[in-house]
This record gives sequence, structure tokens and C-alpha cells, in this order.
Amino acid sequence: MTDKPFSTVKKPRRIGEFVIERSIQAVAFVSLIFICLIFVFVFREAYPIFTEKVKQVVTHEEVGASESYGEDASAPLVADVPEREQDHSNFSPKDLAGREWQPVSLNPKFGLLPLLLGSLKVTLIALLIAGPIGIFAALYTSQFAPRWAREGMKPVIEILAGIPSVVIGFFALVILATVLQRTFGYEFRLNAFVGGVAMALAVIPIVYTVSEDALASVPKVLTEASLALGSNRWETALFVVLPAATPGIFAAVVLGFGRAFGETMIVLMATGNAALITPSLLDPVRTLSATIGAEMAEVVFGDLHYRVLFFVGALLFVISFALNAFAEFWVRNRLMKRFGGAK
Amino acid sequence: MTTRKKITGFLVTGFTAGCAFISVAAVAWIIGTIAWGGAGHITWAFLSSAPAEGMTEGGIFPAIVGTFMLVVIMSMVGVPVGTITAIYLSEYVGRGSKFAQAIRFAVNTLAGIPAIVFGLFGLGFFVQFTGGAMDRVLHPGVLLWAQPNILWASLTMALLTLPVVIVSVEEAIKTVPRELREASLAVGATRWQTIRRVVLPGCSSGILTGAILAVSRGAGEVAPILFTGAAYFLPHLPGHFSDQFMELGYHLFIMTTQSTDVEKTMGIQYATTLVLLLLTFTLNFSAIALRARLRRRRVPA
Repeated sequence: MTDKPFSTVKKPRRIGEFVIERSIQAVAFVSLIFICLIFVFVFREAYPIFTEKVKQVVTHEEVGASESYGEDASAPLVADVPEREQDHSNFSPKDLAGREWQPVSLNPKFGLLPLLLGSLKVTLIALLIAGPIGIFAALYTSQFAPRWAREGMKPVIEILAGIPSVVIGFFALVILATVLQRTFGYEFRLNAFVGGVAMALAVIPIVYTVSEDALASVPKVLTEASLALGSNRWETALFVVLPAATPGIFAAVVLGFGRAFGETMIVLMATGNAALITPSLLDPVRTLSATIGAEMAEVVFGDLHYRVLFFVGALLFVISFALNAFAEFWVRNRLMKRFGGAK
Repeated sequence: MTTRKKITGFLVTGFTAGCAFISVAAVAWIIGTIAWGGAGHITWAFLSSAPAEGMTEGGIFPAIVGTFMLVVIMSMVGVPVGTITAIYLSEYVGRGSKFAQAIRFAVNTLAGIPAIVFGLFGLGFFVQFTGGAMDRVLHPGVLLWAQPNILWASLTMALLTLPVVIVSVEEAIKTVPRELREASLAVGATRWQTIRRVVLPGCSSGILTGAILAVSRGAGEVAPILFTGAAYFLPHLPGHFSDQFMELGYHLFIMTTQSTDVEKTMGIQYATTLVLLLLTFTLNFSAIALRARLRRRRVPA
């Protein structure tokens, strides 16, 4: 498509045309407007925790209802406090950096550290598994694979990408958790490791697709030069094509990180949902996204817990926004610089 | 030297092939176990009856209907908006335009936002803000729109799936040859007439592809509707925009994590998962087939 599709043809403007063009333009702005609205509304609901004393809640009917999902989550998260007044008056934004997440108790604690740690654990495991698998699978299909394998891989990856995350969560909860526990023999059936492995299934398609694009966009002249100098196929693939595609592969990993960090249903179902701070990857964890998913339905609108959950959402929004922007701009610039002259 | 090289080459190829194979095996494992566990439980009665006995027996009919209504309302909003955005981006503005760049950036950002954040936004914007305003204006004192319902859930989902539609339609519009547009303009058609009579008919299958992909995505996502409209259990089907609804993915989530008797309902869980999988796969495959047809058309031209 060239720069200005219709610029060569000038026609007298008609009112109808003008109205239609403006309407189309207005509708096209919907996505732009909603990005701003998402930004505004998620932050608007979270903002009061930094300024005023948030409305106090007198009755709290749903105490304890938001406990961990999954049949064998460990560690009591929520102290059993029946219908008592919650004291939020001594909350300050600094408490968000605390080490305890106990939103529903007599003395609620809103420390986000265990949740952040949980998200990072799951994301890390997912990337450690999905990263190599996705990248090397892409290297295989773009460099070594016979035609039938290359053609066959695409629909398989599309199928994997098309599996709803709740289905992967179900698979992890019912099958994967049992198989992994039986194989490795650890203590808790649902933990960060199970969640991470399940998450890897959701991340592989992204890493694979973006890496494949990157590998395919490496100019043919580089490959041909390498082959002409006497190196064979795998040397070319490993030492010429792969290094040349690093910015794109890096983008693939960054996007995979973003996907894993924000994904909700898989972690909600497979990680045990206990907000713990432990070094072990085999302990149950509660992630940022799962916390919103598990607790938002039970909070009282406008109270502190509600605001903090929106703050967690704002955090996820900002992180995913930053990762996407980074992957898009930085990597594209790098690629352009690298191959700009080679074509 | 050469033998060592050969062995290394063999190992490298084998290792990368192994990685590819793992992905394929994972897909086969997931689908295989779910099909194995669920196939026996899918009967006509299961598909056409409501859950019974505190959701430990019965079928998933209300969840199927709810999912269907969700994606229909979602598509009625999302597909026109997405199509028009794609038309604007490819027919009205050039690549370099600042507007186009801003909208493109917005669409990319929208595609990258976690689903759960859409849920929060739906709750904050649609349920609380819009719904609250509607209640204040339409019937003060009555709580009708300011609570989760199928309309707010569908609109949230429409927003989530908007990028899918836009990308598909844009790709399809590119397959309409420039010569056709020029011919249309040359015989005196206006820009809008050209779009309506030449461009849109030429990319109708692309719009359909976008719609199907959006529906498939919307039917599978659960996080955005967790607190914008999905209900645990409802004795009746939704009959009004302000009703809550049951949904397949949400139903599965509830059954696996909050059921009173997880072991007893295992069959229902597998069968629900299989129905959800079949639904999304059927949609995805028809979209892939349509897109393949579209691409074939572009090549010889």
C-alpha cells in the first residue's frame, strides 16, 4: 500500500461523503479513546489509597470466602474473622511494600511483595521452559525442517495458541499437577512449578511465532555468504542466522514475559494461591493477577481492599504496556539498524 | 574433524527437532486426555439440560446459551467498530499519518493488556460508571444497570477482541487490488462508493475471518467476565441485557475450583472442557481455512 491511496484523484466534496468520512474517523478513534479510558479508570479506582482515608467497612459478610482455590492449597491465608469492623485508618501506601498479604482479617495487611514474588516465580519458570522450546523449535522449522514438518508445525502452534487459558488451567489442575508430583515427589500438589509449566504451554506460541518471524527476516545474503564460505547448514543456522535474529528473539522473550505475567486463569487454578514468601519454586504461590481474579468478586465496592486490587491491576497494566512498547520500538529500531542496509 | 562436525550437526538438528516435537506432543497430550475423559459424557441430555443437584449433576445448557449470547452481543459491537477502524486505517489515511500511527499504537497496546485488566476496566467503567449514571438518570433509586450483567460483559469482551478484528480486516483489505479501486474512481464513483461497492465486497471473507477469530477468543476468555457479568448458577436463561448469565469457561472454572464434590463432577468437568475446546477449534479452523483461501487469491493476482 502506498502512502496516500486516493490522493491522485480529486473530486468535488459532497456533504454525504464528508459526513461518512468523519463518522468513520470517529469510530476509528474508539480504540484510542478506550486505551485512555482504561488508563484513567483503572488508576482512578486505585488512586484514593495514596491520598485520603478510604471508606471504612462496617460489615464484612464474605470473610474467608476468597480462600485459595484448588483442593489442597496449603497455608491459611485468611484469618477467620466474622463480622467485625475492619480498621483501615492506619493504612499508608508504604504498607503496599509489606511482606504479608492478608486482606480479609481484623488487621488487614496489603503487602504486595509475596504476590510480586509469586508472579515472578511463575513467569520465570514459564520462560525457562517456553523460551528454549519456542526459540529452538522456530530455529528447526526455519532452518532444518523438511517441508512437511514446516507446514505441519504452523497449525499445531495455532491450535496451542487457540486453547483457552481456562482449559490449560483445567489440564494443569487435574492432570499435570498429579503427573508432576508423581514424577518429582514434592510436597504440595499445586505450586509455582506446576503453574509455570502450564504457563509455558500458553507462552510457547508467542515465543515461537515471534522468533520464527525474526529468523525468517534474516536476509538471505547472510545465509548464502556463510554457505559460500564453506560452513554447513547447522553452523550457518547457529552462528549466522541465530545471532542475526537476536533482537527479534529477545522481543519474543519479552512478549512471552508480558503474557505470562498478566495471565490469570492458569495461575488461579494451578498455583495453590497461597501468598508466601519462600525461596522454593515448589511452594504454592499467589500471583498478582490471580489475586485480582480471586478476590475482586468478594470485595465491597470502594473500600480499601477494592482500591488495592485496582492498584494491582494498574501495576499489571503499566508493566504490560511498558513491555509491549519496549518490544515494539526498541527492537524494531535495532532490527532496522542491523538490516537496513542489507536489502 | 569432519566426523565431529557431522555428529555436532546431527545433535543440533536433533535437539531443535526435539523442541519442535515437544510442542506437538504437548498439544496432543492436552487434547488427547481431554477428549478421552470427556467424550463419554457428552450426550444430548448433557448438552440440553441445566445443572442439577447443586451443580453435581445435569448438563451445561444454560452455559452454552450464555456463551452464545455473549459472543453475539460482543460481535454486534466489536465487528462493525473493528471493520470501520480497519477501513479508516487502510483507505482514508496514509501510513505516515500521525492519526494512523496513534490508532495503530492503541490497537497494539489493546492487544497486549492482560485480560484481567479488561475485567477491572469493565467493572470500573461499564458497571460502576456507565451503569451508575444510567441508573441515576433512568430510574433513580433502583439498582438495575450498576451491577454486573451480560451487556457489560459483552462490551468488555468486544473491547478485548477488537484488535483481532482490526488485524484480520486490514489484512483482507490489502488483498483487494489497487487497480479495482482506481477503476471505480475513474468511472466517477466517490471514495465511499468505492469502499462500499468494491473494497468491502472484496474483503467480506476477511471480515468474517476476523469475526470468527474474535468469537473464538471471546468464547475462551474467562478473566474479563469474572466480575462483569458471569454468574455461578442461574435457574433461568438471561432474557434481558441487565441479566447475568452462565458461561462455559466460567462454569468450568467454578466446577473445578469451587464445586462441593470435585471427584463426583469430574465427568462433567471433562465434558465441559471438551465442549469448550470443540467450540474454539471449530471456529479457529474455519477462520484458518477462510484465511488460506484469501491468501491463495492474493498470490496469482
